[in-house]
Formats: sequence, C-alpha cells, structure tokens
Amino acid sequence: MSGEERQFLSGNEALARGAWEAGVVVASAYPGTPSTEVLETLATFPDVKAEWSTNEKVAFEVAYGAAIGGVRALVSMKHVGLNVAADPLFTSAYAGVNAGFVIVVADDPGMHSSQNEQDSRHYARAARIPVLEPADPQEAHDFVLRAFELSEQWDLPVMIRLTTRVAHTRAPVVLGPRRSIAKRPFQKDWRKYVMIPANARRRHILLEEKIARFRETIKGSPWVDVWKKDGPVGVIASGVAARYVQEVAPHFSLLKVNLSWPVPIQVIRSFAASFQKIFVVEEGDPFIETELRAAGLPVHGKEVFPKTGELTPEIVRQGLLGTTLPHLQPMEVPGRPPALCTGCPHTGVFWALSLLKVPVTGDIGCYTLGALPPYQAMHTTIDMGASIPMAWGMEKAGERAVAVIGDSTFFHSGIPGLIDLVYNQGHGTVIILDNRTTGMTGHQGHPGTGQTPQGKGKEIDIEAVVRAIGVDHVWTVDPHDLKATKRAIQQALQTSEPSVVIARRPCALLPEGRALYRENPHRFVEVEKCVGERCFSCLRIGCPAITVREGRAWIDAVLCVGCGVCEQVCPYGAIVHA
Amino acid sequence: MPEKNHHVVFAGVGGQGILTASQIVALVAMKEGLDVRKSEVKGLSQRGGSVVSFVKFGPIVYAPLVEAGTADVLVGFEKAEALRWLHYLPPGQGIMIVNDFELPPIPVTLGHATYPPFPEKDLQNQLARLYKVPAKEIAEDLGSSLLMNTVLLGVLSRVLPFPVFRWEEVIGEVFVEPYRERNLQAFHAGRDRAEEFVVTG
Repeated sequence: MSGEERQFLSGNEALARGAWEAGVVVASAYPGTPSTEVLETLATFPDVKAEWSTNEKVAFEVAYGAAIGGVRALVSMKHVGLNVAADPLFTSAYAGVNAGFVIVVADDPGMHSSQNEQDSRHYARAARIPVLEPADPQEAHDFVLRAFELSEQWDLPVMIRLTTRVAHTRAPVVLGPRRSIAKRPFQKDWRKYVMIPANARRRHILLEEKIARFRETIKGSPWVDVWKKDGPVGVIASGVAARYVQEVAPHFSLLKVNLSWPVPIQVIRSFAASFQKIFVVEEGDPFIETELRAAGLPVHGKEVFPKTGELTPEIVRQGLLGTTLPHLQPMEVPGRPPALCTGCPHTGVFWALSLLKVPVTGDIGCYTLGALPPYQAMHTTIDMGASIPMAWGMEKAGERAVAVIGDSTFFHSGIPGLIDLVYNQGHGTVIILDNRTTGMTGHQGHPGTGQTPQGKGKEIDIEAVVRAIGVDHVWTVDPHDLKATKRAIQQALQTSEPSVVIARRPCALLPEGRALYRENPHRFVEVEKCVGERCFSCLRIGCPAITVREGRAWIDAVLCVGCGVCEQVCPYGAIVHA
Repeated sequence: MPEKNHHVVFAGVGGQGILTASQIVALVAMKEGLDVRKSEVKGLSQRGGSVVSFVKFGPIVYAPLVEAGTADVLVGFEKAEALRWLHYLPPGQGIMIVNDFELPPIPVTLGHATYPPFPEKDLQNQLARLYKVPAKEIAEDLGSSLLMNTVLLGVLSRVLPFPVFRWEEVIGEVFVEPYRERNLQAFHAGRDRAEEFVVTG
C-alpha cells in the first residue's frame, strides 16, 4: 500500500478519474440518473474540456468529432439517452475513430429514476461495438483505460455499460497518474469519414471483418476472470451480478465476463465443459445467455432469475442455491410517496391545471410528479421532448391537450416538436416550466441559464426562441402568482393559434430560489377560521408542509419556506403569517 | 482489525443526514485499511422520502447491497423507518440503534393511514441488543437538532471495532468549522451515554 493513492469513489467518479488518467481531452454528456456524476467529475479536471450538451445525440457528436479530430474523447449518458444518440452510434462503428472514443452508458435496472429498464448491450451488438462491463468502482476506473486502448487499436468506438449499483456504489479505488497522449493529426479521408452509400458499403464489410478478427483475439484475461472451485456447478456472470455470486456462492466456480460483446466464446466454452450445470447471472436482459445459447451451450439464466428489476443478493442466492437466509420480518409501514419540494415553482402550474381539468401531455423531470395526487394533472409521460408532439397528435385526434415541458427538456428535444406544431398549423398550448436549472439530476446548467461547468457561457432566451419559431401568443408568468398563472393558461387555451406559457421561477433548492424566501415569514393556520374537510383547498397545492391535524389544516413550521402560495388559495383567510 | 465482514444498515427519511453518517462510517473503515462498499436506496424525493444506506466493510467485500438477514447493526434515524427495514437483521443476533423520534409519513398526516406502534418488547426478544436513543433532545441541548445523526454515530461507535481517534479524525475531516466542534461534541455525547440507552427488562 505504500505510496499508492486510494480514494473512496463512486463508480461514476472512478470512471471519470480513469478517463482523466487515460489522457481524455474532451468529454460531453446530457445529465441523467445514474450517469450524471461521470461528467460532473470530469469537469473538475482543468485539463479536460467538459461540457453539458443540449442532448445525448449532440453530446455524442461533440465527443466523436473530437476523437476524429485527434484527441481522446468520452461521452456519457443514461440508457434512454442512448436512444437519442443511436443515429450517430451505428454509423460511427462504420467510420471508426482516430484517437480513442469511449461511450459510457449507465443502465437503471429497477428504474430508480427512469421510465424503462432497457438493456444497452443490445445496441452494442446491433452496432458492432465492443462493450465492457465493470463490476465495481475499481473496475470502472481500470476498464476505461482499457477501452481507450481498444478503441485506438481496432479503430472502433468502445462502450462501457454500467448499471446503477456500479455507477453509484462507493469503494476504495487505487489511482494512477495522467498519461500524456500525443494529439493525432486529422487525416482527411473521405472514404472513411463520409458515409455516402458507396463508402458505407465498403466500411460495413470492413467492420464485419474487423469484428471477426477481434473475436479471434479475445481468448482469456483480461476479457474474463475465472475462479475455479470443486463441484458440478459453474456460474457465468457479468458486472455487479458477478459480485453477488462471489458473495452468496463462494464455493461455485465463476467465470466473470468483462467483455459482454463480442462474448469471449472460446474461453467460455472450455470453462463450461467442466460442469454439469451452468448458470448465467446478469443484470437486465438475457444478453450473454442468448449469445451462449446461440453457441449451443445449455445454460440456465432468466428462467431462474427475473427478467425485470435489479438483482439483489437475495435473488441471486434464491436462484443459485434455492435458499433464503433467516431474517426478521419487516413491519407494514405506510409509504413515503415522492412529492414536490416545499416552495417548488411547479406547484402553481399543477394547481391551475388540476382545476382546469384539461388533458395534459407531460415530459421528463421533477414535474412528472404532477401526475400524482393531489394534482393528477399529467396524463402521459413517455420520453424526453414527447409532450409537445403528443399534444399535437392528441389535437389531431380531437382532444385539445396542454403540453408541459421543463426548461432543460425544451432545449434537449422540445424545440423540434414546437417547430412541428407551428409549421403544421396546430393550435396547441405549451407550458414551459422554466425553473432555471436541470432540477431532477441535481442542478446542472443548460442553454437557458447560460451556466457551463467552467462558469458562464452564452445564455439563450427561451421567449426569444419561442417567438422566433413563430409563436405569437406568449405569456411569461410567475407560477407562484396563482391568479396570473391560471389566467394565462385559460387565455392560451382560448387561442386558435399555437400558444406558449413560460412559468418562470428558480428551483426552490437553488441558492437564487432559496434567496427568494429567506426573508419570508412562515405561514400558519388560524384554527378557528379553518373549516377543515368542507374545504381543504390548501391541500390541493400538494405542499409537503401542509397536512391535517385534528381535522384542520396544519402547516409544519420546520418545512414551510414561506412561499405564500397556500395563502392565495384559502377562501377563509385562515392561512396567515406573523 | 476485524476478521469478518460487518454490515451496517442506516434507515431514515431524506434530509436527516443519513448519507453523511454512512459516509463517515465508510471512511473510518477505509482509514483502518479495510475494504469497503457503500450503497443507497433513495426515493425520488430530495426530502421526506424513505432512505436506506448500506455500509459493508472487512478484509474483502464483494457486493454493494446488504442481504436480508446479514446486517450486524440497523441504525434507524426514525422509528417507522427502522421497522420498515427490519428484515436486514438476523433473528436473535442483530443490534438495533433507534432514534426515539417520529416523522409521520404524509399518508398518516392526511389521515389515510396510522403511524405504526413501536413493538419494543417484541424487538427485545428478537434482537441481541436494542438502543433507544433520545437523539433529538441530546442534539437540541447541544444547539441544533441537525446533530441527531452524529449523536447516533456516537452510539454506533460502541458496537463497531474502530478506535475512537479514528472516528474523531474522520468527523474532523467531514465537517468544517463551526460544525466540526459541535459534531465532535454530539459524537461524544452519544458515545459516552450509549449504555444508558440500552433497553432492558
């Protein structure tokens, strides 16, 4: 241990540190749980040009351009972000790289903070891109160095697939120094980089040949790790699943797959030959399992382990050993459903929408909570940027809907939808919840704020963008002014041309949001004026500070930030402040 | 240095300082030269959601999550949350350190559910030891209820195999002044009075 530097890092932080050690020069991302900290950490290194891009496709292309331009580059995103970046992904495998190019994708089995649990490894196979699967923070650090070498050696983009328990687990990580990697010159080579059909046909053949040659080289370490034990059972596992196997069944032989595509089939085949029964344990889809079955190996996988949710040691023990450890019984305890924060700017908009009873197409962000009680004022949530085109589609179906989209999401993929609505002469109403940040992922800047990891970039004015697109009916309101907010939405709904309401107020957790309330007195309820169950208008705001005590509304003075929204809705003047 | 792995589960409500507490334990273990894993289950809410954090340490640790029935200690920052995650403790051998403090979930405050009673007698029979800690009162006496989590760490320090100087070192690094001194006081208040909080009889 002497002289060796160890730090206690999350998988994302360790991966970022490994990329820095690998000499990465350009890094880009759009924030998304569980991937966000990769770029946040890279942005702390002054010798890395790190940016929050407007979306994952843009982030991919920025990093890929840098790699073709001759410096090592990395792009990171969550699994659903890879859908957005899928277009350049496929063709980048044809064109190849110049300097190393690594794509980090963090899957979210169990959907801690996602709308689906798709398995990104399918993309690697479909695009013919090697994918490495680290199992813990140390491997996240080590594998990224290997990924850059692989990328340059084979002239291919290389993917690293994380899952939530690799990305967010913290562990001691042994660090190394930054390597000095010389910039490669950009060589104009139109047959390699210009994917017109004549060139792409040639490049596709070259890609398939390259992968066939690569398969021949992947024989043992470092593509797999093997622990041989006595006994008739062998286990093949990847990522964090392998760590659960090591913990719950240390007496089983284990082959840990580090390269999930192309699978190192020769070494797996010779491992499998020594056992009567072979299990495959992996988070997500039966990906490695399918590859092994296709190669004729009789393995047991997702008929034993669930296809849905994330793995746990209990699930792995049950699948491998058929047992459960004795444990105490948990007690039935009421849940703690998620709620918008006290002082959240979104409350005012959802309060108004819940009264207007209009269909609402929603989007991805904290404001998706508008779908829950007490508002129940969001009726679709599918993917980033979907709200505006889906409202337009609803209109074509004869349903006048309101689209609700966040500020960061508007820049991510809302703008093409709004242009489509205007161009095709829809009538729709769009509410842009401008809370001056990318809130749900922990306050990253976006074009509307002008904030970049390095400080101040160019701020892009949402209202100017909306007007430039051709929307003539635009209201900018403070969503905590309930009357003005409701009136603006009502007026917008009566307009027979596209209309936009920009509800602008900083997130209550931002310093500038907190500053708005710093001097504000806490609200409280005058019990004798509150009529209780007959009214409870204040509960419709959905503020976590307002609850019921002895049949009357009650405001928790510790939670209340003094935003005063509740005071506006009480018809009896029972909510007051000192 | 412990020869076996220890698993500690921290359960509570977002905003109670659970992740800071689990980070301190993880750093103490790391500075003692041990392998460590720390992992969390968090709801979508920044505040007010149910939070559970796992710290595992020992000569070699493989996996991030604690398996049901393998926790040595469950630290409940709130009584209902301690009961929610009880299954991490094995029958008869576990230690529970519970903050004698209730934060009713929203369904309870809205009258849609009732706050669960704390089955102290049953728990005594199912546990090796139960500490019931008036951490809020102790923290408020020291100047701020925010010190609750460090008071609980002081009690936890009595059941984990680490020297007191290591705890002091890490708490000193994690908090900046003026919080450093107050957190060290809170830690020692919990540690010095731990025996008082053991539920007996």
